[in-house]
This record gives sequence, structure tokens and C-alpha cells, in this order.
Amino acid sequence: MNVYTVTEITREIKGMLEETYSGIWVEGEVSNLSKPASGHIYFSIKDEFSSLKCVIFKSYSKNVKFDVEDGMKVLCFGNIGIYEKSGQYQMYVDMVEPKGKGALHIAFEQLKEKLYKEGLFDESIKKDIPDFPKRIGVVTSSTGAAIKDIIEVSQRRYPNIEITIFPVQVQGDNAKTEIAEAIYDMNIFNEKIKISGEKENPIDLMIVGRGGGSVEDLWAFNEEVVARAIHDSDIPVISAVGHEIDFTISDLVADIRAATPSQAAEIAVPIIEDIKDRIDDVFTSLERSADIFLENKFEKIVSLEKRLNLMEPVNALLQLEQKLDETTQKLSTYITQYISQEENGINYIQEKLNILNPVNVLKRGYSITFKDGKIINNAASLKKGDEIVSKFAEGEVGSVVG
Amino acid sequence: MADISFEKAMGKLDTIVSELEGGDFALESLIKKYEEGIKLVELCRGHLDKAKSRIELIKKDKKGDFVSKDF
Repeated sequence: MNVYTVTEITREIKGMLEETYSGIWVEGEVSNLSKPASGHIYFSIKDEFSSLKCVIFKSYSKNVKFDVEDGMKVLCFGNIGIYEKSGQYQMYVDMVEPKGKGALHIAFEQLKEKLYKEGLFDESIKKDIPDFPKRIGVVTSSTGAAIKDIIEVSQRRYPNIEITIFPVQVQGDNAKTEIAEAIYDMNIFNEKIKISGEKENPIDLMIVGRGGGSVEDLWAFNEEVVARAIHDSDIPVISAVGHEIDFTISDLVADIRAATPSQAAEIAVPIIEDIKDRIDDVFTSLERSADIFLENKFEKIVSLEKRLNLMEPVNALLQLEQKLDETTQKLSTYITQYISQEENGINYIQEKLNILNPVNVLKRGYSITFKDGKIINNAASLKKGDEIVSKFAEGEVGSVVG
Repeated sequence: MADISFEKAMGKLDTIVSELEGGDFALESLIKKYEEGIKLVELCRGHLDKAKSRIELIKKDKKGDFVSKDF
């Protein structure tokens, strides 16, 4: 009868398991996740009826591009083995993929959520870029279309602009580190210029980016280390990851996002002719407002002068003289009228008197009859034989009443 | 006047023009502000003309210092 020792049976089973179940994919839901300080990751994957213990050793954990969380549905790749001490079989996992969405996508969502919560995407912390930069920095590959486009567009708009390039890998494993370091370096570079006191222009803003490519190619611009470097930068950052539609994490953290490197240059560099025109316009406004100002003052002076002239003593005197003349004239007119009226009155009376004058009456043919020197106005007072005298306008005649 | 930045100069210019358009003050002030405005205009134009293009690559040497190379 063959009697196994515990170790022997365990070893045999282990051998059988490891031979048969190596390099396999297993799908399940994560539970009992544990991430101790050792760096190994322990969890189980389960389905409705069963569960399987798993471990990802530290050396493999960098293959996991996202945070494994309880409840996630995942696919694990590795081998089944036995931990002899406990007699427990478990899966040694080399690689984990989330079921459904890609690992990259999950990582992206997790990082985006994390940085958003920290406030790295807030509008309020985004810096303005200067209207008129004299020197721009660029973090990109020194070969490739991106840098050529940036230079061409920049020089076309402002021929005298200075461009300072910090060349980096923009894809591959080292890209994220190089990009982040270049951003920090550029800030250090600027500090050195400022404290050196030399008449060198500091960098006014930087463009961080690359030309178009696949999601994997662009991935460095979704890495946390790059996001933090952009956030920490004192120099304003324009993110230009040549991916027209989607936003990378760099795009969200940067102060301005451009769809392409060319567009970044358009945002960064003003058209110098426009600026010249603006200066000319301001100059014209300055002259014109000075002119208007002076004109206003001049008008005021003229009107004040007019009022002053009216107040002058000479004028006052003339005015009084004029008034005197007018009054004199009025008086004279009045007097003349008065006299004329009186004259009319007198004339009227005189006319009447003329009519009543006895001499005029006699002239009209009447005579006055006297008897004994007394005027007779009644025929009855005369009798026959009386002597009467008739006075005519000229002369007189004696007669006897017959 | 110290060599102020282009942005600051343009800002001051806009202020001066607004003041002249709206304000009412002594002739002497007008002359002063106008002259300052002219100086600022010249400064701005100077900024534009002074610059000289330069395109360079920056790398770090072994000591960690920055080294410039024409692109």
C-alpha cells in the first residue's frame, strides 16, 4: 500500500495543476481585495458558485495599468499553483484586464476622477497667457510635424518671436517622465534667467504636445506625472495633443487646450500686424481726444469772452446812452403829439369863435339895428316915425320907420 | 519712464485716452498726459521692432546646466 506524506501528495497535485493550468485566462468578479505594504496584491475572483484566490506579485504589478477594485469584473492571466504550506491552490496572476472597457480606459477614468476631486481642472486656477509673448517654450519631439508646424505658424504671425524647444520623447515608456521633467526644467530655466539679471527674455508661455497618433501613442499625455507637472508649472501651459476630438488629461489640466500644435501657435502668437494696427488706432485716439479736448476749451474761452464783453463799462455806457436817446425820442414824440392835440383843440375853438364873431355875421349880410343907441331885436318895440340906425359890416345907415 | 512691459504700456495708453475723452481738467494736465501717451506709443512700437528671432534647442549637460543649440 502506497502511503503518501502530506508533502508528497501536495507536490504531486501541485505538479499536475501547474502543468495543466499555466498560461490561462480566468474571468470573474474581484472581492476581498488586499494591498499590503509589501506591494503584492491579494484578492479573489468569483462567480455565482465558486471563488478562486489570486495573487499578483509586486514584480508583476506594473503590468496592471489601473487600480483593481472590489466588484470589478476582470480577466486574469497567469497560472494555477499550490501554496504548499497551507495546501491552498491559488492563481498566480501575471496580468489583469478589466472586462468590457480597456485597462487604459479605466485608468483614464480613475485618474480623471482623482485629479478632478483635487481641483486640478478648476477654471479658477487657469492662468491667462500674455497678449504679446516675446518668447515661447515648446515641449515636444524635435523631429516630427508638430514642431515644424508650431515654428511655421509662429513665425508667420510674428517673425521676430523667440522659440525655445525642450525636446522629449512623446511616446513610449520614457515619454511621460521626459515630458514631466522638461516642464519642470523649463520653469527652472526661467528662474535662472530672472535671477541672472541679463537682458534675456523669460519664457512667456509653453506649448506641450505632439502630432496625431493612436490612443496608445498619445498615452503619455494622460499620465499622472505629466498632469502634475503641468499643474505645478508657473509658466502658463497650452496643451496641444494632436487629437482633434477627445480630451487628454493634459488638456484638462492645462491653462488652455488647443486641438492641434498649429492651433496652439495661433492661440499663443498674435498677428503682429494686428498689434501694430492697434497701436496706431490708440495713437489716433490719443491725438483726436486731445484735439477735441482743446476745441472744447477754446469754445469755452470764446463764450466767456463774449459774456465778458457784454459786461465791459464802455459797453454799459453806450447802452445807457442808447437808452437815453430812446427815452428822449419818446419824450419828444409825446410832447409833439400833446402840442398837436392841444393845437387841434384850440383851432377847433377858434373856428367856433370865428363863426360866432359878430363881424363875420355882419359880413354874411346881417345888420344890427340901433334905436337911441340901443340894439333892437324885437320889431314890436318900434313904432312909426322912430329913427333907427342900421349898422352893416361896413358903414351905417339912418332910416325912419315907415 | 522705466521700461515697462508691452501689456502694461498698452493698458496705460487705454486709460489715458479714456481720461482725455471724458475728463475735464487743466491745460497743463492735458499736455502732461498727452506727452505721456506719446511716450507710451513709442515704447510699444519699440517693443515690436526691437526683437530678433531665435529658435533654439535646450538640453542639459552632465552637470545639469542648460545648454543651447540652434535648431
